[in-house]
Amino acid sequence: MARFLGFLTILAVGAVLVYGGMGLPAFGDPNAPAAVHVSDQYLEHGYHDTHTPNIVTVMIADYRSFDTLGETIVVFTAGLACFLLLRAERRREEEDAE
Amino acid sequence: MIRPKDSIIVEVVARFMVPFIQIFAFYVIFHGHYSPGGGFQGGALLAGSVLLQRVVFGKRGSQSGFATRFGIPFGVIGILIYAGTGFLAQAGGGNFLQYDHLPFGLSPVYLRNVGILLVEIGVAFAVMGTLISIYDDLVGLKKRGEGESMHSAGPERGRDAG
Repeated sequence: MARFLGFLTILAVGAVLVYGGMGLPAFGDPNAPAAVHVSDQYLEHGYHDTHTPNIVTVMIADYRSFDTLGETIVVFTAGLACFLLLRAERRREEEDAE
Repeated sequence: MIRPKDSIIVEVVARFMVPFIQIFAFYVIFHGHYSPGGGFQGGALLAGSVLLQRVVFGKRGSQSGFATRFGIPFGVIGILIYAGTGFLAQAGGGNFLQYDHLPFGLSPVYLRNVGILLVEIGVAFAVMGTLISIYDDLVGLKKRGEGESMHSAGPERGRDAG
């Protein structure tokens, strides 16, 4: 019974997702909402603003610089979590061995 | 882990490849303005060059290339370079990370060009230190006995590296 209910839930959620997906713009549609507002500004003014031909770099490191700072901190936080969890674990093992 | 003396081919090829990987990593970082690439990819390549040494020469044998204790500090330095660029722009009278107010005395367009390069270098430092630190943490979970045997091979490795 529980499995049947779970299956029904998956079907229902999947149907909602498919229904929602039908409202998305077509792939590569030039009139999609994402392509008509700010993207044009970036593409038109990117080189003029920074003299950097690679628009992707201009976006992630200049216009969206604050995002990239956050990303970098996320990456570093992952490393710090590994450091705190795993290196403390190793120290305990070494103490046990002694 | 490949032990010392397991394969002379792997050792020689790794020793030959490392500088080229590092040069390519710097190319990816500094040419990020003109081609695909940037701090994340270049930092991952730099970390890869160190991890190749870790895998081939062992954790102890590769400490002379990049010591384990530098991993987390490199991450901190990278984030400080990045955030420092932002604060430097604030000191020049702009908003946080508004590169055209960096106090370097160039035209605003080239200040933004330089600002992008500075933050990419910061990202490269952070990614490199973090990846190496994660690998070292995972490898550090070895039993104590294995670590000792690697230590006994240490001086021999040092002579080979010289």
